[in-house]
Amino acid sequence: MNVPAAWYLVLAALLFGVGCFGFLTRRSAIIMFMCIELMLNAVNLTFVSFARTLSDVGGQVSVFFVMVVAAAEVTVGLGIVVAVFRRRTSTSVDELSELKG
Amino acid sequence: MTLHVPAINYLALLPFLLVTAAALKLLMLTALMRRRIATSLATWTAVVAGLAVLGTTLVQWYELDRYGSSVTAAGAIVYDPFGVLMTAGIAVSLILAVLNGHDWQRREGIVGAEYQMLVLLAAGGAILMAQANDLIIVFLGLEILSIALYCLIAFNRRRQASAESAMKYFLLGGFAAAIFIYGVALTYGATGTTNLTNIAYFLGSNHLLHPGLLLAGGGLMLVAFVFKVEAAPFHFWAPDVYEGEPTPLSGAHASIVWAGAFAALVRIMVVALGSQQSTWRPLFFGLIVASIATGALLTIQQSNAKRLLAYASVTQSGFVLLGIWAGTASGVAATTFYVVTYGPVVLATFAIVGLVSGPGDSDHALTRYQGLSRRNPWLAASLAVLLLSQLGVPFTTGFDAKFGVLAATLDAGNVWGAVVAMMGAAVAAFAYLRWTTTLYADVDETLAPLVVPWATRVVVGFGVLTTVVVGVDPGLITSISSHATLLFQ
Repeated sequence: MNVPAAWYLVLAALLFGVGCFGFLTRRSAIIMFMCIELMLNAVNLTFVSFARTLSDVGGQVSVFFVMVVAAAEVTVGLGIVVAVFRRRTSTSVDELSELKG
Repeated sequence: MTLHVPAINYLALLPFLLVTAAALKLLMLTALMRRRIATSLATWTAVVAGLAVLGTTLVQWYELDRYGSSVTAAGAIVYDPFGVLMTAGIAVSLILAVLNGHDWQRREGIVGAEYQMLVLLAAGGAILMAQANDLIIVFLGLEILSIALYCLIAFNRRRQASAESAMKYFLLGGFAAAIFIYGVALTYGATGTTNLTNIAYFLGSNHLLHPGLLLAGGGLMLVAFVFKVEAAPFHFWAPDVYEGEPTPLSGAHASIVWAGAFAALVRIMVVALGSQQSTWRPLFFGLIVASIATGALLTIQQSNAKRLLAYASVTQSGFVLLGIWAGTASGVAATTFYVVTYGPVVLATFAIVGLVSGPGDSDHALTRYQGLSRRNPWLAASLAVLLLSQLGVPFTTGFDAKFGVLAATLDAGNVWGAVVAMMGAAVAAFAYLRWTTTLYADVDETLAPLVVPWATRVVVGFGVLTTVVVGVDPGLITSISSHATLLFQ
């Protein structure tokens, strides 16, 4: 079965849109964080689809860089989330009221 | 079977390698030593690394003068005078930011090398962005810079505001990074490459029938950069993060991050997408007007020194974008001059802000500056000079920098851009002048004199000297920045 590459690109765009929408509407730090990861994986799918249609290995290599960076971001991000919410019961960003602006 | 390894010019990469090596040295020492290592050892390591980078850029500058610019590491890194000058600017900011941090650690009673290590890594990321010739390298530089910053912003564990601002910056920064890399992926789909030179070549020799992908890709990348350089409409994080993070870091934010992000933005817009100038110029114009107007109008309403400076840097970003809008050789030179000279000024300003706030680093109300001239006349005079420089008073670098970008804008035929910028500067002047008069306000109570530690003295002295000496005779730096050309412009 031949699937047009455009389908993958549309799927990736939809995933990116879902991540974007989730980031802007959800209020739990962990879920906002997962939405960013969803967006990054949509980017990976886009890279791989383009790399196949262009027959170019560069796009596939880029995926590894994105994955490594995403992993590094998770490490630091979770550390910050834990540091902020250690003394609190929920991870809602609406409770962060030290800095109003 | 043999493997083909691309040739690497190690001299071109030496600045990045030096700061990373210094950061790794501090990291290993911290991990292996039984006791916490002394702050002064860490500070000196970072300062020596910064001076070594400055020496390297000097050698590079003369080598480039003789042999010309080139690309290295399979075209991923570009070795040209623009990158070298930006690297030198970042190295100066690195040294000053580390010295700021040294006194801050003394005041807060924090011992250790983590601050210096992370600032070194952040500077390494910024240097990589200034030398990048590939969108993936830009992304890597951006993330090295940003991840180090996330840790640094949360550095002060005793202040809840520090961790909260780190969280705010982390979530929005991660969001911006995802948007940036999606823009990279779409640009890759439209042009078949992530290499900036090849993108420029492709767009110069092909006519895109369906430019939608490229438009979306370029637009998304621009959004991410607008976020990083704190230009409107994506500046809303700046005042909160500036207020929450440790004060020496606010200075690093407005110098190191700024320099790296603007350098990469110049490369993407002027080199890679230079042929699409007619498309992105209106967008830039909107960003410039929004940044200068919102920055100026919100600056004058602030009663907190760090929030005021955060909004002020939104306005300054608008001015720098004006130079990129022009996109000409003189526009790029003016942008370079602006970014390189703004670093020492803003770091010196934040050094004084941190000192006046005292231990705890939390009270930055402008009322604390009342009668500063009685507590320490030299410090008050220095702060006055630094504020006037940011305002753009003649005989300071602020004036020359603003004059440069405005001249480039007018040359490129954008009269309205220049008019809006002048009006914005005039409005923002009110905030700076009010702050300056506060320094000399009369107070009834007797105030304790303010002692300035040596590191802060060095930073403030350097900032004031730079702004006045270069401001009175800008010839040298102007000629250097007009020689700081981009490869493939």
